[in-house]
Amino acid sequence: MSARGNSVVIVGGGATGLSSGWWLAQAGVDVTVIDKGIVGWEASGRNGGGCSHHFSPLFAEEQRLWPMLDALLGYPTEFQPHRIRVAFDEAQFNLYATAMRNAARQGFASEILGGTDIRRLVPLAGADAFGGYLYKFGGHANPHRTVQAYGWALQDHGGLLMQHCAVQGFEQAGGRVTGVRTDRGLIGCDHLVLAAGPQTRYLAAQLGIDVPMVAARAEMIVTEPLPLMPLGGVDGNGLYGRQTLRGNLAYGGGPHEWVEVIGNTVPPRASTPLMQVIAGRLARLFPRAAHARVIRSWAGIIENTPDGRPVIDRIGNVTLATLSSIGFGLSPASGRAIAELVQHGACGFADLSSLRLERFAKLEQDWIELQGWQVAAGAGSV
Amino acid sequence: MHDPASINGHTLTPEEQTGLVVIGAGPAGLAAALEAARQGFQVVLVDENPVPAEVMADDIPLLFGGRMSGAARNRGAMLEAFIASDPAIAAAFDAGVDVRLGTIAWGVYGNGPSVGWLPGPVVGLSDGVRSWMIGCSRVIVATGRRDMGLAFAGWDLPGVLGMTAALRLACRYGALQTRCAVVLGTTAEALDGARQLQARGIQIAAVIETAAEPLHPADDLPLLTSRIVCRAEGGPDGVSTLVVASRGADGVPVAGSEQRIACDTVILAIGAVPVIELLDAAGCRIGFASERGGAVPLLAENQHTSIAAIAAVGDCAGIWPKKSCDPAIAQAEGRRAVSAEALPERPISALDSAAYRLDWVRATVLSAENVNVCRCEEVTAREILEVRPPRYLNWPDDRRNQLDLRALLGEGPPHPDQIKRLTRAGMGVCQGRRCREQVACLLALSAGCGLGDVPLGSYRAPVRPLPLSVAAGREDPALTAHWDTWFGMKSQYVPFWEAPKHATVATRDAGGAVASE
Repeated sequence: MSARGNSVVIVGGGATGLSSGWWLAQAGVDVTVIDKGIVGWEASGRNGGGCSHHFSPLFAEEQRLWPMLDALLGYPTEFQPHRIRVAFDEAQFNLYATAMRNAARQGFASEILGGTDIRRLVPLAGADAFGGYLYKFGGHANPHRTVQAYGWALQDHGGLLMQHCAVQGFEQAGGRVTGVRTDRGLIGCDHLVLAAGPQTRYLAAQLGIDVPMVAARAEMIVTEPLPLMPLGGVDGNGLYGRQTLRGNLAYGGGPHEWVEVIGNTVPPRASTPLMQVIAGRLARLFPRAAHARVIRSWAGIIENTPDGRPVIDRIGNVTLATLSSIGFGLSPASGRAIAELVQHGACGFADLSSLRLERFAKLEQDWIELQGWQVAAGAGSV
Repeated sequence: MHDPASINGHTLTPEEQTGLVVIGAGPAGLAAALEAARQGFQVVLVDENPVPAEVMADDIPLLFGGRMSGAARNRGAMLEAFIASDPAIAAAFDAGVDVRLGTIAWGVYGNGPSVGWLPGPVVGLSDGVRSWMIGCSRVIVATGRRDMGLAFAGWDLPGVLGMTAALRLACRYGALQTRCAVVLGTTAEALDGARQLQARGIQIAAVIETAAEPLHPADDLPLLTSRIVCRAEGGPDGVSTLVVASRGADGVPVAGSEQRIACDTVILAIGAVPVIELLDAAGCRIGFASERGGAVPLLAENQHTSIAAIAAVGDCAGIWPKKSCDPAIAQAEGRRAVSAEALPERPISALDSAAYRLDWVRATVLSAENVNVCRCEEVTAREILEVRPPRYLNWPDDRRNQLDLRALLGEGPPHPDQIKRLTRAGMGVCQGRRCREQVACLLALSAGCGLGDVPLGSYRAPVRPLPLSVAAGREDPALTAHWDTWFGMKSQYVPFWEAPKHATVATRDAGGAVASE
């Protein structure tokens, strides 16, 4: 296969990779996104859909882009603005104030809610809500629809999407990556973007780059549809999630389980009896929905870096992108940032210095054991 | 040391523990439980029957089609009728099997490549009031069969039900409210079922076959072949008429050939489907076997699945004509999962269930305009094949909808889970039991691939809808403090303007809760 001219290959058809590809295609770059499976099949299609990441350098751009994303993409994302967080005691109430403070510093408003306000704004809430916040920023979207929208919009702008196409290795010459070997042949490239979630470490290692990360499994549940609340983005009580526009309550949370990712594969995304605990917490968050029936539970595998912060960085003609378990909501902005790194070597709209890979230069060799992120001894046996 | 916010290092403590859990008290499950008890095993046998009337009203777990009589609302009478309908249930009680009727098994779990916090196999149970976990050393799944749905105008009227549901109501509950039925299909299950219903005094007005010849001889039944189902007509009480037409050489109804058949019930019997929900959700390997009724677990000779602690017996392990008409085969499978009994009979019929089902869907569903294939989420065949966003989004832009499935979804066979995510077909409260086989057929027909090439849409626990209040379980108090911070990493949520230059374990801010997102 001949090398395509002036081309970017992105490995990973999740929210981050597809958004990057879409931004590049819009800019007229010859871009190909490849995925070993189907777009959004992993964590990008299995998350809570939240878009309110006040601690991230991409927050302002995340907030700017989401309200216009349907129009930009040409396909529906089901984005709904704003968010309410419900606290059940003073400790939770104080904890949740962080978002308000962080957002305020960046020019976004919030309202403090008392128990009475909560019961008015959140019809499914009960008498024991202590208080909470109405964040006049953020919101939520439908991950499945959004990821497919990125894929379709990428194609509409001339980008190429190759699903069911697994990476086997890379071609390098003169310190640069010149091509991606796949099970469907060699794809030449001038620039490589690795946005492969938990597999990013394995793929980067083949280029001699260490991106420290460990993968974990996390779980969610969804109920049958209920009448729509005025605002679907209501969470709290240790859960994250949303009421979908169809009316389902889709919520997750709780302890994660560190798992082993071997090579370029993803372990099965098994759910566990943790479903019962999520259900119990959701019934407390929404006592008036306690009758609603759980119809599915699921799990996703997501990676985390040692400090839980993303890596968005360019090394030579390789751009690395892991969003460290919080990627979906930031994806409109992270994709644009990655596209700028690829095209211009720097991001013009956000300070990505806190996301550089070199911050791990002094990381302890045995950081996984020191942080207790090693996989449990029982895993792997049935 | 384990990350204190993770579940690594914790172990689930099930509310109860036993040796063997058998799920399903049909012929196979009862035979397995009796054999295990005979060998001295501690056995818990659970069965969801009798199903509460309000659950049946949602077509859970079978396509009951609203044809339950008033008797279905008397739980005590249903329980008695169910026990009396099979003497082996009483025999199991007598043999010391811990038989629990009216008990749902909604999930089977075990450790695996991504799970290490379970003590071994555990089964999620519910009696409708609460749910709990039972730990065990082995699980035998004997969850039986259900009926493939078939969408035509009026198939959502009361009185359109599946053959398995009709027989369950008629023969196990004594609660089928039907006088005169039309049966769709000439599978062994259709014809055997029609005869059983006839024997109980129900009139069979017609047996409809869409092909030119029936699959099995049906000279004793009022057979109509080469027919297309046009629509069911009726009112609030349900079906009163089924309208069929002759199927022309071009596959479409012959003009003027419509035929009206008076009936109060239409029974779908074009496909008996192995109930593999728990097996697939547990991670057992599933394959497609047209001669065994579609998606079935891959089994060793002793009925064990790819997960050593889980076996599958009876209809959920595969359905073929002789097995459907002779419970001895299912019983032998049940015993074989426990002891070293000789290999039970394997399918000998050449029935190509895939070709048969595809033909019905091609004739009846593919061209049905404005008929919801997915009734829960209201999605038509056309909306499925054009991958349209749900109607409630009122999305005006149709520019992609003229494209074929390959252009919409990419290379490779279309995956029903893609369709589910984008159109919502199969995402509803019936958990896809009414539409999933039809969706797979539609995708195969549209993509021009075999039914076996269409991947299996995933099943997920709970395989029965469970109210939040019922599903709610105990929380490990050692982990309660960590719920408010996803991943428990304070450093993850430090605002970017405060992020340290270097990230090391020694200097990271690990302590204390912080609100995630």
